[in-house]
Amino acid sequence: MYRGLFRKPKNTLEIRDGEMELSRPHIADDAYMKCPDCGRTLYVQDVQDNLDLCPDCGHHFKMKVRRRVEMIADEGTFTELTLKSKNRARAENPIDFPEYEEKLAAAARKSGENEGVLCGTAKIGGLDTCLFVMDMDFMMGSMGTVVGERLTGLFEYAVNRRLPVVGYTVSGGARMQEGILSLMQMAKVSGAVKRHSDAGLLYVVVLTDPTTGGVTASFAMEGDVILAEPGALIGFAGPRVIEQTILQKLPPGFQRAELLLKKGFVDDIVPRKEQKHYLTNLLGLHSDRITI
Amino acid sequence: MEAEKFRAYQRVEAARAKGRPTGRDYIENLISDFTEFHGDRRFGDDKAIVAGIGRLKNMPVTVIAMDKGRTTKEKVGNNFGSPHPEGYRKALRQMKLAEKFHRPVLCIVDTSGAYPGIGAEERGQGQAIAENLMEMMTLKTPIISLFIGEGGSGGALALAVADRIYMMENAVYSVISPEGCASILWKDAKRMKEAAECLKLTAQDLKELGVADRVISEPEEFKAGSRQAKRVYYTLEDLLYEEFQWAKQRPVEQLLEERYQRFRKF
Repeated sequence: MYRGLFRKPKNTLEIRDGEMELSRPHIADDAYMKCPDCGRTLYVQDVQDNLDLCPDCGHHFKMKVRRRVEMIADEGTFTELTLKSKNRARAENPIDFPEYEEKLAAAARKSGENEGVLCGTAKIGGLDTCLFVMDMDFMMGSMGTVVGERLTGLFEYAVNRRLPVVGYTVSGGARMQEGILSLMQMAKVSGAVKRHSDAGLLYVVVLTDPTTGGVTASFAMEGDVILAEPGALIGFAGPRVIEQTILQKLPPGFQRAELLLKKGFVDDIVPRKEQKHYLTNLLGLHSDRITI
Repeated sequence: MEAEKFRAYQRVEAARAKGRPTGRDYIENLISDFTEFHGDRRFGDDKAIVAGIGRLKNMPVTVIAMDKGRTTKEKVGNNFGSPHPEGYRKALRQMKLAEKFHRPVLCIVDTSGAYPGIGAEERGQGQAIAENLMEMMTLKTPIISLFIGEGGSGGALALAVADRIYMMENAVYSVISPEGCASILWKDAKRMKEAAECLKLTAQDLKELGVADRVISEPEEFKAGSRQAKRVYYTLEDLLYEEFQWAKQRPVEQLLEERYQRFRKF
């Protein structure tokens, strides 16, 4: 009842409909964001101009696939690989899963892409390579038949052209809506990675936040060199599933890149700003063959 | 009415039913002179996976079986058939030996999934499964995987990159459990029956999708040690023997190319 006691009484002359709105500076809802690590409020543009890193603490935010390609590939060298094979260019609904078409359409709108991975060829530091980048905005980067087909196609192409493969993973795992067929992609892609490996070719994978489930249990863990972005969540089972199984809270830092490094499951943690240089060096070290 | 509508989930229940033969039951009935080997040489011995060698009729074979356990004590000891990374690594070690000594490999699959726990994650559950997928694809000896109950996602696939997939009539094989699927999709694990229907996880569905090559009929009452079960084992013994005989005669490059294409087609 005391609210407004000390305020100047309003009258209709002072405040008209909508005026309050207009007199405030306009702030778009998406102009600011909060850093989950340091808690700072950040201007979105600043983050975007900084490779999606927090300008204060360096927290690695998720990155759009095309921006990732721009960051890694030499300018103008990326060519997307399109699939020749039959009907796998776009996702269908192979097991008639309810509401799957709607989900695909929504994912396409959200991501601006037509599936959960972008595959192509590019130069990195002047060296030819095959490149794949998974897309978190497309149904959590889940792996269905199209993602599996594109990746398999990429590795097979790399074998034929004797090229290395550089890949960025981000995934919630297998795509439930494609049932067992999504599980089969794990075996299919692994087979292609094995052939690429047996051909003596290099596969470097960079695990980004989050990489889980069937992707971790297949090509994410099959690289000759496995790198990770700082702080990335990497695991087979998701943290919630583990907590529900063991009925305990997980310790802080569990399944993070830093712990995986300590346990021996990744070769190195490479901050985003250093990745291009790091990959250039790696590709270079593998391209100069000593012939005896 | 209800039963008609949710036939897939009835299979799931049958696959999980108490008294259903376990991995060890199959070994005891199909394989003579079985010798079990333990351990992955890296961390420990995972009792969720039984591995060893024996004879199928007169043929030396390597057998790798997930075993949920029969008694409560066994079940707890075997972690209810959910393997840790060391289980998959033990399996791979035995497969490599099978390759070295030209023995065919029989994998028996029965798991609700690879174990989601702290130790399992810290020791690289994902890496262990991934390595099996890669290595099995080019293992230079015939592999048959027999699904006897639950085939839970990546944890099952890690023993199922094979030349042939056989499924018992009431076995299921799925990317996610019906309960898990329902809780993610509809935030309601109780709608598992609908989810089971959507996932196409029954042996018959999987045969139609080309994931399974053969469905083995089960008797009405399929209990370990029953006379009806014996008849199933006899049938299986003949089928597996013939399949291995046939596969062993194939040139190894052809066998591996066919294995690659078997998964490439999906």
